[in-house]
Amino acid sequence: MKELSLNILDIAGNSVKAGATKVGITITETDETLSLVFRDNGCGMTKEQVENVTDPFFTTRTTRNVGLGIPFLKLAAEQTGGSFSIESATKEENPGNHGTTTTAFFYKNNIDFTPLGDVISTVTTLIMGSPGIDWVFTHTYGEKETRIDTSEIRAVLGDDVPLDSYEVIEWIKSSLEEEYDSFYK
Amino acid sequence: MKSLAELQAIKDKMKDKVVLREGTGEIRVVVGMATCGIAAGARPVLNAFVEGVNKENLSDKVTVSQTGCIGICQYEPVVEVFEAGKEKVTYVKMNAEKAAQVIESHLKNGNVIEKYTIGANQ
Repeated sequence: MKELSLNILDIAGNSVKAGATKVGITITETDETLSLVFRDNGCGMTKEQVENVTDPFFTTRTTRNVGLGIPFLKLAAEQTGGSFSIESATKEENPGNHGTTTTAFFYKNNIDFTPLGDVISTVTTLIMGSPGIDWVFTHTYGEKETRIDTSEIRAVLGDDVPLDSYEVIEWIKSSLEEEYDSFYK
Repeated sequence: MKSLAELQAIKDKMKDKVVLREGTGEIRVVVGMATCGIAAGARPVLNAFVEGVNKENLSDKVTVSQTGCIGICQYEPVVEVFEAGKEKVTYVKMNAEKAAQVIESHLKNGNVIEKYTIGANQ
């Protein structure tokens, strides 16, 4: 992937497929490091699935026996000297708190660090693709924080206006653009 | 987040329009957004369709949506156009610029751009 934001778009898709109703995407940055955490309340994975999930030839998909999303993210993290981990609980294992947490840790100054890229576009694409999910996107860099919580937006919109209306998506986009404007300064 | 008061204003302005908007949805544009599509550049293609359809006021008759892996990864980004009573059109190796042309020619005027379809790229 040319941008980490594309890995984010791809990996968040796994939470959608896992039937999650709430997905948190948290980016925490310092000058030297970047951590990326996905946390969902989806169906979760069994121990066997967790063990095999970084193997490209293991997938739950039935169209073809190759799944590259997780291996790509793991590689992107590890090639910077960083790390990757995944924890999960199925509904059977933990009925009250099931789901998957995926963490990737990067060293930004490594030459093989993939730039974050267009995160805003990834966030709006995820919201348009699954407007029914509560997306909580948080990005912090030192003292700076930008955040989008679609349940708060939906609370304002009520039943009259859908979250994925073009005007609302444009508002989310400009809201994020405004916050990122002063982000790295 | 930006002030939610501004969002409230958007809501008030849109409330009456939404009912009209539900539209007929006679044309469905579907963009493949699995790992293969994303890696090949599907995100800007999807966004070009969403923006173009809204800017050209086609949202009454055209809906744009995302799907998973269509199974022809070597041709990604892949865009399928479904229209009632017509055969499905599969556009391959798309980019934002080609998307703009498809909006203008196919979605607005009904002329399929053959050279971008899978038939012309095999």
